[in-house]
Formats: sequence, C-alpha cells, structure tokens
Amino acid sequence: MSKTHVKFKLNGAAAEGMCEPRTLLVHFIRENLSITGTHIGCETTHCGACTVDLNGKSVKSCTLLAVQAQGADVVTIEGMANADGTLGALQEGFRQMHGLQCGYCTPGMIVRAHRLLKENPKPTDEEIRFGIAGNLCRCTGYQNIVKAIQHAAAKLRGEEYLEAAE
Amino acid sequence: MNDMSPNKAEREAKLEGMGCRRKRVEDVRFTQGKGNFVDDIKLPGMLFGDFVRSPYAHARIKGINIKKAMKVPGVLAVLTATELKGVNLAWMPTLAGDVQMVLADGKVLFQNQEVAFVVATDRYAAADGVEAVEVDYEALPVLVDPFKAMDKNAPVLREDLKGKTSGAHGPRKHHNHIFEWTMGDKDLTEAAFRKADVTIKELISYHRTHPSPLETCQSVASFDKIKGELTVWGTFQAPHVIRTVASLISTIPEHKIHVISPDVGGGFGNKVGAYPGYICSIVASIVTGKPVKWVEDRIENLTATSFARDYHMTAEIAATKDGKVQALRVHVLADHGAFDACADPSKWPAGFFNIVTGSYDFPVAHCAVDGVYTNKAPGGVAYRCSFRVTEAAYCIERAMDILAKKLNMDPAELRLKNFIRRDQFPYQSALGWEYDSGDYHTAMKQGMEKIGYPALREEQKRKQADFKAGKTRDIMGIGVSFFTEIVGAGPSKNCDILGIAMFDSCEIRIHPTGSAIARVGTKSTGQAHETTWAQIIATEIGIPSADIMVEEGNTDTAPYGLGTYGSRSTPVAGAAIAMAARKIKAKAQMIAAYMLEVHEGDLQFDIDGFRVKGLPEKFKSMKEIAWAAYHSVPPGMEPGLEAVSYYDPPNMTYPFGAYFCVMDIDVDTGVYKIRRFYALDDCGTRINPMVIEGQVHGGLTEAFAIAMGQEIRYDAGGNVLTGSFMDFFIPTAVETPVWETDHTVTPSPHHPIGAKGVGESPNVGGVPAFSNAVNDAFGFLGATHIQMPHDYWRNWEAAKSLGLIK
Repeated sequence: MSKTHVKFKLNGAAAEGMCEPRTLLVHFIRENLSITGTHIGCETTHCGACTVDLNGKSVKSCTLLAVQAQGADVVTIEGMANADGTLGALQEGFRQMHGLQCGYCTPGMIVRAHRLLKENPKPTDEEIRFGIAGNLCRCTGYQNIVKAIQHAAAKLRGEEYLEAAE
Repeated sequence: MNDMSPNKAEREAKLEGMGCRRKRVEDVRFTQGKGNFVDDIKLPGMLFGDFVRSPYAHARIKGINIKKAMKVPGVLAVLTATELKGVNLAWMPTLAGDVQMVLADGKVLFQNQEVAFVVATDRYAAADGVEAVEVDYEALPVLVDPFKAMDKNAPVLREDLKGKTSGAHGPRKHHNHIFEWTMGDKDLTEAAFRKADVTIKELISYHRTHPSPLETCQSVASFDKIKGELTVWGTFQAPHVIRTVASLISTIPEHKIHVISPDVGGGFGNKVGAYPGYICSIVASIVTGKPVKWVEDRIENLTATSFARDYHMTAEIAATKDGKVQALRVHVLADHGAFDACADPSKWPAGFFNIVTGSYDFPVAHCAVDGVYTNKAPGGVAYRCSFRVTEAAYCIERAMDILAKKLNMDPAELRLKNFIRRDQFPYQSALGWEYDSGDYHTAMKQGMEKIGYPALREEQKRKQADFKAGKTRDIMGIGVSFFTEIVGAGPSKNCDILGIAMFDSCEIRIHPTGSAIARVGTKSTGQAHETTWAQIIATEIGIPSADIMVEEGNTDTAPYGLGTYGSRSTPVAGAAIAMAARKIKAKAQMIAAYMLEVHEGDLQFDIDGFRVKGLPEKFKSMKEIAWAAYHSVPPGMEPGLEAVSYYDPPNMTYPFGAYFCVMDIDVDTGVYKIRRFYALDDCGTRINPMVIEGQVHGGLTEAFAIAMGQEIRYDAGGNVLTGSFMDFFIPTAVETPVWETDHTVTPSPHHPIGAKGVGESPNVGGVPAFSNAVNDAFGFLGATHIQMPHDYWRNWEAAKSLGLIK
C-alpha cells in the first residue's frame, strides 16, 4: 500500500513520518515515532487508554487515522511534565493520592484530566467523574483518581489540597 | 550514629517500613508514560503474528487454503496445526491436566478458537493475511447449556478423548464429563438433613464473566539459532512456571529459556495460564529466525483467552428452628468450556471450593463438583479471587440469606448466631481446612455499628409499608455479606502446579554502602510490590525502603517463584522476604558483635542497627555493618551480606471481612442506586494501608461490575454476545459507587509478619453483598433468589415476574 507523509506537532516539537493512509494515529505515535506512553486497551473507543490531546480536545487515538492529525498540535503523556522535567501537577497528584495501580490506563487518564482541568479548573467530584467517563480503569475503582485530579486542580489554582489517599 | 539522636520516631519514619502509607515508587515511571509493557518492546527485524479464528462454535475443518494469504504483501508464513504437529505442539497441556489445541486440529470447539497463525512484517499486513486465509468448515451441532452436556444424545465435543473413561481427576461419567470431585462426609450430612427442623434448597448460579485487564495478553518471542536460546517477553503473572512449561513442551533446555514479564497492565487471573498466542509466537520465531510479537485485541481477549466462573451451585442448608446451622450440602455443575484449562493448583480441579462452609460453624458438610465440556472458550481462571473462592463465598452468603428469610430472622443476626467463635481458632472445617485465625463477631459488630444497621432496617420497614400503600415505587435493599477467604497457595503438602510445590522465594543482597536489591519470585501486575516488599525489608533489617530496589519478573535473575495470583504474594513471598531478611539480620548481628567486641547475645536490634544491652551508646548501624561485611568480617566468616529464602508455607491464610451494601431500586425501570457500600477487611498485619485501601476500592469495583451486569453471554448457536466493551460491562467513574473502607487486625499466627492476602477479598465479599442487597430489596414482595447479574433489565424482569408491573 502506498505511503503518505504525515507531519504534526507532538509535545511541542515537530514529528513526521511515512505511513499507510489506514494507519491509526495511536500506531503511528507508538510504532513510527517510538513514543510508547500512549496505550491501546480496546480498539473500540471505549477504554480511553489511547487518549491524546489534539488541537485542544481529548481524542481517542485508536479510532483516528494518523493522516487526520496532519498539521495538528498533539500532546501525549510525554508532554505532561513540567518544563524543568519535574512531575506536572496531574502526575504529582496521581502519585500523591494513589491514583494508579498497574499504570496502564494512567497516561490516557492524565491526558484526559489535563483537558478537563483546562475546561473546568474547579470541578466538583461529580464533574470529574463525568469528565473521565470515557476512560476506563480496572484497578483503582476511580475513587483515588478523583482525588488525584482534585489534588492537581488545587495545585494549579495555587491552593493546598489536604485530603489523604484512601 | 553512635549517639541517641535523631530520636526513635524520626529514625523509624526514615525507614518507611511496614504500616506506613509509603508513596509508590512505580508511579514515577507510570505517570510519565515510561512504563515498559510488552507491546512497547521493539526488536530489530521484529515480525507480527495474528490469528485466523473460527466463526463457528463447533465445526469440522475440511480444509485450510493459505495460498492467497501467502501472496499478501508482507506475509511471510502461515502456521496451522499441520506445521505445529511437526514440532509436536499442535496440542499443549493445560494446568488442569487436560490438553488443549494450540491451533485447530480437525475441528473447532468454540467461537473465535485459534485456527491459523499469520506471520507478517507488521500488524496491518498480518491482519490482511488473516483475511486471505480460506477455511472450509462443516458446521456441527452446538452444545451451549451445561445442563444438557450430559444428555444421552448430547453432541460429542472432544473426539480426542474417545474411549477414555477416566481423566486427570478420576472417572468420567459421560463423553462430555471432565471430572467429579467430592469432599466431606456424605452419610453424616444426609443424616443431619433427615432430622433437621428446617431446610432450604436453591440453585444459585454464578454466571460466566471475564477478568479483562486493560492490557490484553501479549508476547514477544525471540529465538537465537546460534546460541539455541529463547527469550520470551510476555504478560505473565507466573513467569517461572511459563519457563518450565516452555521447556517441558519444547526441546529447549530450561537454562536456555529466558522469560521476562516486564510491566504488566493488570492481570486479575487472566495472565496465569499459557495461551496459543504465546506458543505460536515462539514457534514462529523459531521458524522465521526473527523476533515475533503477538498482541491480542480486546475481542480476542474477551472471547478466547480464559473466562471465569460459570458455576451452577445447588445449595442446601439444614438448620434448627431457632437458626443454628446443622449441615451444608452443595452440588456444582461447572462449565469448563471446550478444554479444561482451569488455572488451579494441579490437585484441585474445583480449586478451593470446599471453603464453601464460609464463616460458619457447620458440624458436617458435603460438596460435589461435576465438570463438563461445552462449546465455549476454555479457562476457569480465578478472576480476582483465590481458586473458586468467590463462587464458594457467593454460594454460602446467598444460601444464608435464603435461610434467614425462611426462618424470618435478620440475616446479620443469623450470621452472628452461627459464626465460628474466636476461641475456636485454629478451626477445623467440615470440608477439610484449618482456618488460622479470625474474630468474626468483632468485625461484624463493628460493621453493623458503622453502617447504622438497626436504623437502616427501621427505614426499610417504613419504605416497605409505603410501597405497599402505593406511596412509592422505590424498594430498599440492605445486602449483608461476611466472607472468609482462603489465600496463599500454598503448602507443598497439598499445593503444586504440574508437580512444582507452590513455595515462593526472595533473594536479598546488601551492597557495601548499605543499599540493597531484593529479587522476588512473584510478579506485580499493579499490586505495588516494588513499594511494599521494600517496606517489609526496611522494618526487618533497618535499611530505609528508599534504599532498597525490588526486582521481579526476570527468570534469569529472580529466584524461582510461582508468581502472583490467588492473593498469594504476601502470604507466601511476603514470608520469604521476611525470612531472607532475618537471615541477613542474623549475620549482621555477628558482624556487629565483632565490631563492638561483645558477644552476639549482648546485642539487641534497635530500628536501624544493633545496640549493646545496657550500654546504649555502643551502637552499630546497618549501614556500618554493611560496609564491614565487605571489609572486616569476623575471622572464619565468609564476606558479603546476602541471603535467599524459599518459603513453604505451613498453612494458607484466611482473611475475612464484613461488607454492607445499601441500595434503592425503582421497580418500574429496574434502575438501582447504590446509596452506601461499607467494607471492613481483616487481612492481618497491614504492610501499606494506602495500597490495601486502593486494592479494596478496585476489588469492590470489579465485584460491582460482576454482580450488576458484567457477563460473557452466548446465544444458542454458541455466538458470543458480549465480545467488546460495548456489551461487556466495565463500570466507568460515573456508575462506580463511593467506597467506605474499614478494618480490624487479626494477625495470621503462622506467617512471619502476621500478614494475610487482601487484593481479592473485596471481589469475594463484594459480589454477595450486592446480590444480597437486590434480593433483600425484592424479598418482602415474595422473591427467594434472583439470579445475577442484576442489571436494570433483569431487575425490571424480576419486578415483572413478581407481578409488580401491570
């Protein structure tokens, strides 16, 4: 099958490669570009392990073609750390509040939460639960993920979050 | 360090040892997308394999044509049973003593069974190749209902077993019968039933479901022809067992097989067994001389690699009229699918189902399990539970509620009346187990107080009156569940896998500068072993957990262990870790005595070093002792500071807990709302409460899924109806209830640190709590037992069958 040239911005830097028109964005990122933090859990857009941020929206990269990202601004889990390399607010929140166990859903969950907090910097627990409903987790039961996102939200607002992880 | 400062509390805090809520070391890589999962592995020249699968549940294969597939660009090879026969791998042994086709040999026995393996340059080319393989099937009659498996004219599924009147677990009664397994005293049980005041009998089914970790099963095999060595990276909960099995079924000696479980994205029992994908990736690598990756997609995962449950349990209890239980009798019809690929210790075809007497003092009991073949996926794995323990707990906890209803007694009161008392431990159960420790009454009463049990029952009475008066269409259920688990398989006297005793192991090396590496025979799939194992060592020998690196999953470097499943890691490997640490501590004490010029007996361990009794200023820290171990050991002593322990547990551990679920159901729609869920767990000594609570949250969420809708369903033709996350219920954050956790601590008397397992308790105790809540809600309207799963539709059906909807 003939190949197409795809180029977009990935985590702030230019990324490009040749791929078949049918190549899924998640495979292009993971295999052509060897950036493997984004995971695949279901191939049917249900689990959200493959969530990336594309032009300011959360998308599931397992049901988007790489060619559809032509010229886009794409952010993955690898773009979530602070500029100095320390853990970003969400990454730190997940660690502090025990918001992960096996770690497989975590990249998609954090990338999704990143967009959620951009849209709603002071969410209620219920809004967080609704906002991450496109991301499945089999380990945590979500309770500490909600706290992790609240922890990050507080930090981003310059407030202190006090509740301990359960 | 020779003075008394910093103070004790500070020194202890610095260790971050047992009991503290230590943050996980794993999280630093996982939160940055730097985990290393199987599909992240990329080797030079790596190929990709994909399966041709059967659309039929039962069919004869009349021919396979690979010509077109071989012409697809990128396709290099297509393996079928014919090729596998050449290396004697068309069939493989299962953990349950059966055999299973790796690729369909003459016929297919379940939908999506592996028929051929296409190897290509990438996953897209492999998928193209799969499409181009032509298989000629002749459909055969399909057997889906296990209750019809032993009918006289039932189709013959396993032609390979023709004429075999006995299997790995004794006589076979029928061509679709696998085994009958019995425990207990049949005659005494019958006698007790004959003179009982009250008896109950109910068919309690635990439907088929699937563990479905978010990462599916996958492997990368790389065979080095020059060295004759095979390396396999895979999603293995038990990498050493995989290595041994690989060696036994291939001609490759075990020392030339390197099995590596890198980071694993959840297991829940799905990743214990050996699957055709692993074998085919290995064979394909040998055939092509290149590394071959196999990654299952979600549909393949749900429909082919293992399932859980499918136990149909007829439970009977005999009791006195005032509610004292006298006998338990259970018959189970177990649907194992097309091959008996149950992942149990080899001598236990029904796992530890004989824990079915639960937390109650049954004087006598008898249970019998009949395993049968059907045209469904093989498996029978322990999905977040010890072997068949969730089935057993569900059975007894439903049966106790049914008895309570018959006696017109409160279900909590009935349980309190029949609990094994604290002074009865160690307790010999009627079905053969020795429960190590428990304090059931305390746990139950604490739970009842915290949930406000009497007030909830009062409220329920009012609501029931309102419902009958037509003032509301909501009904309220209070689900009570008290479970006893049996985890930590297991003692070599009764537990093995293919002949290998189910011990576990740890090797600890202390480096000269006082930091350490610990290698363990288990494999975390999210349980935070890198964090918690270090905590055990920190407390045992006084080195900060931050200075201890924990490594698992590489069979070349880790000591032989049986892996992580059945909540065995803490009961077995946790003990091995403590014992290895104690060996190090004993040697450290000798070195410290030499350094301080005193007799060993004059020293006492004090948080992070040894102190001379009565002379508190004379102290040597573990850091100093570590240096001395490589520098100035006592004359005649070998230098170095390391130890290995292989721990054969004397008994299982028996965690327990009291769970309560409060639920409201709208009878007109079947829509339920979980108002509260309270879980009290007693897992003995608690190593990291944060991790324990996280495990409880996760296990409860899986219990919620299973009880309230998650199911692998088949139609009459053997087609899977729940083959993707569209139809297979995985709760999102929106449906998932908020969990209230609590605990009591009753240490295990035989475990070196008193710890029991915990990861699976919430699934075991959670499922009956939800189901009992639904049944309790409908109980006053005449329901005795409503089968799981209790999704909206089935709740509505239940309401309709009770005449509540006109």
